[in-house]
Amino acid sequence: MAILRNKFRPLSAAHVGLAGFVVLAVCLGYGQTTNSCLDCHSALPDPLGVSQETFSQDIHAQKGLTCASCHGGDPTSDDPDKAMSPKAGWKGKIDRKHIPQLCGSCHSDPAYIRQFNPSLRTDQLDQYRTSVHGKRFAAGDTKVAVCTDCHSVHDLRVPSDSRSTVNPANVANTCARCHSDADYMKGYSIPTDQFAKYSTSVHHEALAVRGDLSAPTCSTCHGNHGAAPPGVDKVQNVCSNCHAFQAQMYEKSSHKKAFDAASLPGCVVCHSNHGIRHPTDAMLGTGPDAVCMRCHTPGDACDQARAGLQTSLSQLDAAIKSADQILGVAESSGMEVSEARLGQDQARDSLTKARVTIHSFRTDLVDQDIQAGLKIAAKNLQAGKQAMVERNYRRAGLGISLIAIGIVLAGLWLYTKKIES
Amino acid sequence: MSLLRNVRNWLDQRLGWDDLIAPLRKKTVPLHKLSYWYFLGGITLFLFVIQVLTGILLLLYYRPGANEAFESVQYIMTRVQFGWLIRSIHSWSANLMIFTAFAHMFSVLFLKAYRKPRELTWVSGMILLFLVMGFGFSGYLLPWNTLAFFATKVGTEITGQVPAIGKPVMIFLRGGEEVTGATLTRFFGFHVAVLPGLATVLILLHVLLVQRLGMSIPPKLEVQWTANPSAKREMKFFPNFLLRELMAWYVALGVLGALAAVFPWNLGVKADPFGSAPAGIKPEWYFLFMFQTLKLIPPKVWFIDGEIVGVLAFGLIGLLWLLLPFFESDEPSSMKRWITGLSVFALAYVAGMSVYGYLAK
Repeated sequence: MAILRNKFRPLSAAHVGLAGFVVLAVCLGYGQTTNSCLDCHSALPDPLGVSQETFSQDIHAQKGLTCASCHGGDPTSDDPDKAMSPKAGWKGKIDRKHIPQLCGSCHSDPAYIRQFNPSLRTDQLDQYRTSVHGKRFAAGDTKVAVCTDCHSVHDLRVPSDSRSTVNPANVANTCARCHSDADYMKGYSIPTDQFAKYSTSVHHEALAVRGDLSAPTCSTCHGNHGAAPPGVDKVQNVCSNCHAFQAQMYEKSSHKKAFDAASLPGCVVCHSNHGIRHPTDAMLGTGPDAVCMRCHTPGDACDQARAGLQTSLSQLDAAIKSADQILGVAESSGMEVSEARLGQDQARDSLTKARVTIHSFRTDLVDQDIQAGLKIAAKNLQAGKQAMVERNYRRAGLGISLIAIGIVLAGLWLYTKKIES
Repeated sequence: MSLLRNVRNWLDQRLGWDDLIAPLRKKTVPLHKLSYWYFLGGITLFLFVIQVLTGILLLLYYRPGANEAFESVQYIMTRVQFGWLIRSIHSWSANLMIFTAFAHMFSVLFLKAYRKPRELTWVSGMILLFLVMGFGFSGYLLPWNTLAFFATKVGTEITGQVPAIGKPVMIFLRGGEEVTGATLTRFFGFHVAVLPGLATVLILLHVLLVQRLGMSIPPKLEVQWTANPSAKREMKFFPNFLLRELMAWYVALGVLGALAAVFPWNLGVKADPFGSAPAGIKPEWYFLFMFQTLKLIPPKVWFIDGEIVGVLAFGLIGLLWLLLPFFESDEPSSMKRWITGLSVFALAYVAGMSVYGYLAK
């Protein structure tokens, strides 16, 4: 027994220590991996239901945050009373009034955010407070958007994720959930047709049809956390973020002064806002799509300048099309006209430049671009005609060659017959 | 005429001209309802000569190099007097030559002209067919356009699938891991030096064997003519057959000229190694049956990669095809019928898969 005791004694300290460490490690491990909230809530129906699969997609869950990070409580306890005990800091369903502040408690803390994503901004809450949403919210209107309305909750994804509600491709739909709902927007005295109009716009086409994620959506012009409609005198500042050359031209134009004097919202006067269509030369015309004649009087100096600009643009457009047509025929005949084809791109660039220069509303500047384009288009047209002459020359040469070959063949055949007869 | 006679006498005194062409005078060509198939070899040879001549002319202006190749071909097509004609004839003639080479191979197969003692003629002809396809593959890259670039990329990638030797061969062909200007320089070297040298030697051997062994007679006719020698009909090679061959060459020249003038060979767009491959890219028509087959093979055949199985299968079939005459004995056997059946199947397969590959998206 003494021998046994002696043998056991040196073992006991090490083994007890080791056993204690293992038990502690298992307990800690269990505590880290167990989320009793999801055990119950994954089985509950909406609005209390949150599945493990849904929550695992959430960026917060992926970064190691749990339900308790927002809702408090003790997710390690299987006992609902303990897990949702106020003693454990359980807050329950977050009151809508507290959502911006709750999100901001982490997202406004640079030191905290830096450990997850150093490049993520931390001024969202500050910006939100300057937005129309934020101001109304501060005034007690809880119908306005808070963080979770746009970003969703429990399955919140980063904006670069195509499934995110704030991915550029989805932003308009997210905004439209409230802004296109006439009943919900009742009392705010703002239209609810923005999304319907935007859906017909050239911007929507670029984003949704062509998949160009840099194309503008609601937040591009209105901002996101600091969302507000641009002021009448600030519209061109918004558009100029992308349409820089047009804005530069407009800034120096006579229209800028006139619009400012009349408190007209710059670009929007001619191009509208949400339903911006692809601009055409018909905007300079007198038909249904005309915009100049909404303000100008027929026959005045501006109307004459308008007519001149439209004629110039049509002239260059027609010249490019003529050259395209003949080059197309030459190309389909197998002629090598790639150089002229490349030149056509230059002519098209001149036309685009002229259309941009229209925003200066100066006929002399537009004419410079038009003349440059016409010169290139004429050169390409000539190249096309030359290619057609060459094609016909080749075909005539082929005809003569085939006749010569035919004569030789006939001669050979006759000679063969002669020597074999 | 006296001038011609004088020249001939002059040559005869120095070279023994009459003795030299005596075999040609004695040479005959069997005359039967399938005699016109005999023209195919000659037409292929004629097109090869056209290739050599137009190729030499193109060499005067062509510059191999990723930065110059496309521009030099563009220059040939637009600035050089009749450059368009020479380049178009070179391209069309290459395609027609591959077509006539295939047709010649199948005609030899169906007429059973590969039988003893013409095994070596068949083997040299088959190697020539492989060389002609090599000409096509190497020449296709030389204009350095988008289609050529990506077709070469895909083609050399397939070579790289061969177990053990595939990767080194692919790197050797490409001159590195990727298709670059180094690949173009190599392909140019193969196209204008290595392949023409090999082809010239083999053509000489092939023609020599044809002259030495004479034209083959279809087996059934051979039996009839052996049983009844009076039924045998022949035509003198010189001048009767040669005049007809000359007429066939003239027709081929007319067809080439018409194709070149009415459908000049397209230059395409300059290759951009950083660009993406055009959607639905396909190889030239003569590789289409293999390409389509590789596409249809499942990704895994048993535990082996499907593409490797396909490449190995084509390699094995090519080798067996090369040695085909050695599987046929003089004695009547089921093997003879088997080879004919296989030939019909091969023709139907190549034609069917090519059409399928052309139509498939």
